[in-house]
Amino acid sequence: MGNWRFLVRSVLIYLVVVLLCKSNGEIAPVLDGPPTLLPPIKPQEPDNEAPQPFPNEEISNLPVFTMDYPRIQLPFEITLWILLASFAKIGFHVYHKITIWVPESCLLITIGLIVGAIMHSVQEEPPAVLESNVFFLYMLPPIVLENGYFMPTRPFFENVGTVMWYAVVGSLWNSIGIGLSLYAICQIEAFGVQDINLQENLLFASIISAVDPVAVINVFQDISVNEQLYIVIFAEGLFNDAVTVVLYNMFVFVAALPVVESVDVFLGVARFFVVGLGGLLFGVLFGIVAAFTSRFTSKVREIEPLFVLLFSYLAYLVAELFGISSITAIVVCALTMRYYVEENVSQRSCTTIRHAIKMLATISETLIFFFLGVVTITTEHEWNWGYILGTLLFAFVWRGLGVLVLTQIINPFRTVPFDYQDQFGLAYGGLRGAVCFALVFLLPDTINRRKLFVTASIAIIMFTVFIQGISIRPLIEYLVNIRRTHKQETISVEIHRRVMEHTLTGIEDICGQWSHHYWKDKFKRFNDRYIRKILIRDNRAESSIVALYKRLELLNAMEILDTPNGDISAAPSIISLHDEKKASYRPKKKFHASDLKNMRDILSKNMYKIRQRTVEYTSKHALPDESRNKEILLRRHSTIRRSLRPGSFRDPAVARSQRYLSLHAGESLDAHFPPRGDSRSETDHPFARTRLAQSMRSSSSSSYAMRPLRRLGTLQETPLGEMSGGRPASVDVLNERSSVRYASPSPSPSSRPPSRTASARTAPAPTPRQRPPNTSAAAAARNEAEWETEEELEEVEEEPRAPHPSWAADSAQTRNPLLRQTPRKNP
Amino acid sequence: MGGFHSVPQDHRYRDLADKTGFSLEQIGNLHNRFKQLSHNEDTLRKDDFNKIPDLACNPIRAQIIEAFFDKRNFQSHGGGTVEEIGFEEFITVMSYFRPPSLNMSEEQREELRRVKLRFLFNMHDTDNDGTITLEEYRHVVEELLSRSGALCRETAKGIADAAMLEVASISMGHMEPDEFYEGITFEHFLTILKGIEIESRMHIRFLNVDTTVLCK
Repeated sequence: MGNWRFLVRSVLIYLVVVLLCKSNGEIAPVLDGPPTLLPPIKPQEPDNEAPQPFPNEEISNLPVFTMDYPRIQLPFEITLWILLASFAKIGFHVYHKITIWVPESCLLITIGLIVGAIMHSVQEEPPAVLESNVFFLYMLPPIVLENGYFMPTRPFFENVGTVMWYAVVGSLWNSIGIGLSLYAICQIEAFGVQDINLQENLLFASIISAVDPVAVINVFQDISVNEQLYIVIFAEGLFNDAVTVVLYNMFVFVAALPVVESVDVFLGVARFFVVGLGGLLFGVLFGIVAAFTSRFTSKVREIEPLFVLLFSYLAYLVAELFGISSITAIVVCALTMRYYVEENVSQRSCTTIRHAIKMLATISETLIFFFLGVVTITTEHEWNWGYILGTLLFAFVWRGLGVLVLTQIINPFRTVPFDYQDQFGLAYGGLRGAVCFALVFLLPDTINRRKLFVTASIAIIMFTVFIQGISIRPLIEYLVNIRRTHKQETISVEIHRRVMEHTLTGIEDICGQWSHHYWKDKFKRFNDRYIRKILIRDNRAESSIVALYKRLELLNAMEILDTPNGDISAAPSIISLHDEKKASYRPKKKFHASDLKNMRDILSKNMYKIRQRTVEYTSKHALPDESRNKEILLRRHSTIRRSLRPGSFRDPAVARSQRYLSLHAGESLDAHFPPRGDSRSETDHPFARTRLAQSMRSSSSSSYAMRPLRRLGTLQETPLGEMSGGRPASVDVLNERSSVRYASPSPSPSSRPPSRTASARTAPAPTPRQRPPNTSAAAAARNEAEWETEEELEEVEEEPRAPHPSWAADSAQTRNPLLRQTPRKNP
Repeated sequence: MGGFHSVPQDHRYRDLADKTGFSLEQIGNLHNRFKQLSHNEDTLRKDDFNKIPDLACNPIRAQIIEAFFDKRNFQSHGGGTVEEIGFEEFITVMSYFRPPSLNMSEEQREELRRVKLRFLFNMHDTDNDGTITLEEYRHVVEELLSRSGALCRETAKGIADAAMLEVASISMGHMEPDEFYEGITFEHFLTILKGIEIESRMHIRFLNVDTTVLCK
């Protein structure tokens, strides 16, 4: 249980620091006034004496050692809190299994409870992070920005109606339902809460109707529920917050009124729309401005990420200024600009933006849940069984009823209706979280049962987060059979999806029915024609098929680069293909032990670092991780181009030996390597090259990993010319241009299941059927496959030449040979 | 809208409604659109389709139009193409794009899926030999990418080849080096598209209002 160790350690760190602070300057007295951001800064009398070690005698001399804690107290303690929360996060990721079964928010709250208990026992005032301004101006924006920025756009827009329906109407439904029910409870004398009037009940209900599906989202991702359910839960939580905040403000206002007139109700409704649509407007406005700005930042790459953050925050603040929905504003802003900004900024900036957003959001969220735990212990509570149990019950019941009723209404409009399992997921996923917690602490003191509300809110958060949050995974996994989609990213699927979409658009055009696809198509065309031209500097539209293709190709390369970690010979590759094919000509390859060791050395030092860990793109706090792939791709393309330049065709043997001179084991290895007898110019066959580069992604990428292996003289390779009698291959290729030939790696020695990636690597051999399957043709095919392989290897071998001739020599720095150089932009 | 309330028309519509599953209103609307496209003739020709302005930008326009003239899509047996189609054929092709109904059993869903996928498959399999060959596949990809500008045909080819390789590896598992992959059969097509919920995605919302006045 590494997490406990960490936990204890972090608590200890914190305690040490707190004691340190306390012992110095004696900042003991607890403030009673309104709490500031962090524990009271109140060193009035200690100020004169404490910081100076020798206050009386040596006051005139220059102090050698001073301490001025009050000066740094605020940032210092903020830093410590964040650090503590982060340590906790590290802690329970050390023991990985725990986060699968217990949502992270539960763990954070638990740790918060423990820290709170410790603080309570030493009478430390908790930091007042939940001051209205601190929460809404600093903690909430990162979380919302993250959600908006990483929102899966396509499914969101496909389900936008449903999302809005649940978010807006669902929130209203919950608020009013719970509010009225609680009001009914208040009428029961036995509970002793008759003094809570209807407005206050409604206010409280609006607070606890905001669902926060963070914990559920992670579960849903892990078990890959269907896309519709996922996006509805995800986006509902987001817009739900906006609605709740609006409702809250309205009810706070109303609760302060002595008499509610009917005109106020209408004004409230009008305000509702102003707030929502205003947020939308500001969001789009700032999004476009941000996108437009990013068009001009190509010379100042280092501040590019800042623009994204600043403009989003600006949207939030300006919306806040006018009292319109700032959450909507920032979400819409992020949605609007993302597409354009990511095309404009450099690859690195893009990564930085994503990192920064993820990081800020994670910190905020961690802190909020953490403080939730702390505050639970350290605040005064007012416990009322009737009211609190009523709250729990009604929140649960109304959520369930709401989903049931709202789904019945929306289903006829949906093309994929939600079935009962989905509805269960929706209802049960209604956890309460950060916003609810923050809002209740913002309640004005004029509300006389404030403490009860705080207690009830914390109770419902705890209940939902712990009980529902922990039980939802087993429930969904074993009991409820929610439709799941196992997404498999393949080019074929992408191609067919696009075909289908275009077909649908076409059919809509033909039958003159304008609906979804029609408008999407129109928008896309408008976007391509005008918006992109204005907002994007380098306007090159890329089809999603091509994008996916590139990504897959690179992922594959990465994967194969990883394999040498284990058994090298297990990696299915062109090399092994060679060997299998040539088995009749020569003995099976054998490595000397020393060579093997050298190989491992080189591979592990130079290549293994490339891909530390694959992270799920959508996972809550994991960063999407495509950037590196792209960099490699760019590099690869540039090397292909370079290799096509006539000047770059030196004698391969010479080039190779030069390159490997610096390799500590290399010299001896190279001596064994027979020079290849092909002097044909590759420029003559550009087609063959491109084709290979594209169709043989598996082989090409595997040759990355296996390249050093080939150089080992112990392979005892025969020159190709001897083997197949003077290489008729090039002629063959020219003739075969119309039909493709796939290099056909032999059976993979590894016992890998034929999953997509694995099988793509051990690519079977589809060959055109025009080819008569007689033996001579097969032999020719084999021959050509080998030729292609050689080609591929050669092309790849160009790579390390470019950055450094001695890439292996500085392997001690464990630098990555493939990523060393900034990718050259395509001219 | 006078025409379609008369008795013989109504009867005909009812037959079509039974056959295709459209409502009478929808059939009426589609018939209006049909007449608009055919300039009040009884049959539609390819030229009529080519004149639809919205369709002009569609990268796979040719395939879409071809599908309307493909006998395989008329729910009758036999392959080949026809030169002109009547309203019945028109609406039969349209019926492939009806949304799934609310309560369907698993078998119905599966059947619907097969039917819809068959339509897509036929779009690719132009020579009606039961497989999508590499040439046919390349053609599709080229057409698809033809609008995105900067890409050359070689790229499209490369992608098609890679996709074909992928299909081969998914559907055939391991193959011997000298084995040939003939092309994508319908079964393989079903396998590779397992991931997308085609039955719920491939559909159009047929409105109950007449929009022909607004269309060009």
